[in-house]
Amino acid sequence: MSTPNTSRLLKYFDALREGAEQAMDADSSVFMMGLDIDDHKGIQGSTKGLVDKFGPERVFTTPLSEDAMTGVAIGAAMAGQRPIHVHIRMDFLMLCMNQLVNIAAKSHYMYGGTVQVPLVIRTMIGKSWGQGAQHSQGLHSMFAHVPGMKVVAPSNAYDAKGLTMQAVRDNNPVLIMEHRLLYGTEAYVPEEPYTVEFGKARVLREGNDLTIVGVSNMVMEAMRAAELLAEQGIEAEVIDPVTISPLDFDTIEASVNKTGKLLVVDNAWLNCGFSAEIVARVAESENISLKPAVKRMGFAPTTCPTTPSLEDAFYPNPKTIAITAYQLASGKQDWVPADDQCQLAYQTQFKGPF
Amino acid sequence: MTEYSTVEARLYASIALVRRAEEVISEIYPSDKIKSPVHLAIGQEYIAAAVIDHLRGSDYASGTYRGHGVYLAKGGDLNSMMAELYGKKTGCAQGRAGSMHLVEAGKGVIGMSAVVGTGIPVAVGHALAIKQQRRNDVVVAFMGDGSTEEGCFSESINFAALHKLPILFVVENNRLAIHEPLHKRWAADTLTERVATYGIPATRFLEPDVLAIHEHVGKVIDDMRTEAGPAFIECHTHRWYEHVGPCEDYDQGYRSLEEGEQWRAKDVYVTLGQSLDEKEKAQIDQDIEASIQAAVEFAEQSPFPAAEELYNYVYA
Ligand SMILES: Cc1ncc(C[n+]2csc(CCOP(=O)(O)OP(=O)(O)O)c2C)c(N)n1
Ligand SMILES: [Mg+2]
Repeated sequence: MSTPNTSRLLKYFDALREGAEQAMDADSSVFMMGLDIDDHKGIQGSTKGLVDKFGPERVFTTPLSEDAMTGVAIGAAMAGQRPIHVHIRMDFLMLCMNQLVNIAAKSHYMYGGTVQVPLVIRTMIGKSWGQGAQHSQGLHSMFAHVPGMKVVAPSNAYDAKGLTMQAVRDNNPVLIMEHRLLYGTEAYVPEEPYTVEFGKARVLREGNDLTIVGVSNMVMEAMRAAELLAEQGIEAEVIDPVTISPLDFDTIEASVNKTGKLLVVDNAWLNCGFSAEIVARVAESENISLKPAVKRMGFAPTTCPTTPSLEDAFYPNPKTIAITAYQLASGKQDWVPADDQCQLAYQTQFKGPF
Repeated sequence: MTEYSTVEARLYASIALVRRAEEVISEIYPSDKIKSPVHLAIGQEYIAAAVIDHLRGSDYASGTYRGHGVYLAKGGDLNSMMAELYGKKTGCAQGRAGSMHLVEAGKGVIGMSAVVGTGIPVAVGHALAIKQQRRNDVVVAFMGDGSTEEGCFSESINFAALHKLPILFVVENNRLAIHEPLHKRWAADTLTERVATYGIPATRFLEPDVLAIHEHVGKVIDDMRTEAGPAFIECHTHRWYEHVGPCEDYDQGYRSLEEGEQWRAKDVYVTLGQSLDEKEKAQIDQDIEASIQAAVEFAEQSPFPAAEELYNYVYA
């Protein structure tokens, strides 16, 4: 991992908070708005303390009016402010879709470059404990579809801070897609301000046998699967795209050219999604000499159920990823990892309700 | 159906069932058998009870993720609800809903949504269908104060008023959206006045006067069945428990225990219970305990859906 080493471990939610805090320190036009960001829970800690430090003019809750509030944030951004609009679940962004797609994403182009919308949308995918149909969706593909929008997906605390700081500096609408189960995970995070570049994927693990691209928390699950595969003598190269749009396809292309096998594990449905985009670009690539074997994994093509017995079958997990990768890499079906090896700490630690 | 000697007894039975069911849910919750976010309406049950008492089987009621009371008052089956909370195959949505999306189409319980406000226009759509089908049924849409901030609240009322649809909008104004108090969300505490400007009857109840609400809604719904068009009521109330989860949370500092104590002193479950004939009350309580016990056993003994069932019901 190319992450710079510092001595401080920080949790993902703390890193999100620190990124926003330092961005607000550096630039008085940055402000944060969103339902419940100023209460004692502070969006699971990720906005905690900000209202105390910056006051209610720069950190405020809103009425339950996502559609209008998105428009308000866009207008403020056009007029020179740099809003960070926070939503505790990505599902609620459906109420913001019109403003984001028809105004935020298009204004710079539609108004001939005379207008900018430096807006940051922070939002979180939920999972487990009966989050169910309306608190679990990964909708990044919908937003990434639209020119003018940028979409980033931090899979660890280092990126959570660096992408937040970069998003605030960017002069375009940027959607930060976080994941609830990553909130408690730790990484080495520098204390000083820094940015993580958009459009630069990270190779988390090198290998020659197959390429696995994971999105958001599926990066973590793919890493666990890769460890299990290594015990079977299969070396997976695991890639975190870090940003969905813009996408660093070159890194993926180079890896697939080396391994000849590609597994994409998305944190979303497959149909018309980001995983399909990656595979399509691989198919179109003139730099990949041999036709690679490809496979995609993601949500089952159903609505997310609440009961654990169905939810378990809905999501990919280290076990199903490892099995699929093993078959893809070896052509064999003679290995299934033991359940207890496939547990991830963050999953066993998470207890609801939200 | 049980016969009760008085309206008070009937309302008490409805309130007590929800109160006790939710108290039992909060007791079970720490065991992790219920892996679903639960939004308890303890303290607010009297509103749904008073309103839904006037509904027939063919009428509709829509609630929110805080919907145990609406579901049960409208005739939703307690066993199916409990099993749904447990994620069991015998649940009202076969383990796909949890506590937040209760439904019982056969009893006129419109499926509940956890995206705030989304249920309001859907309820209006049921009223439109009633009108088009020339039925004299009605719809009641329950919602929180927070949902009135969504655009679709105003848009829905405007449309319902325009088309004189048979729907009663009921705002359970507990003056909180999660932890955010009303004064951080509304410039003026005049919701009822605002709604009245759509030209529909709009009435506010500041006190938990279950009989006054009951009487008022009775008249409104009678008129509605003879094409009077929509109406609105706002009931100030108090949420006793945390927004989501099985505990009280006055220690969290965002609201005062004094306010809670004032409301608890007026607890309808207690005051209405005290007004009943003692023997009748004891019988009601006993029946309720038995039915809740049975529902918990039913839920515990029911199987989980099998993994293959994941793919059922994607398309109709
Ligand atoms: C559109 C949308 N925005 C935000 C949320 C998160 N949320 C869940 S409940 C809630 C508060 C709703 O308050 P209110 O309507 O007063 O109902 P109450 O919970 O008090 O019954 C919020 C903000 C959501 N579920 N849906
Ligand atoms: Mg409320």
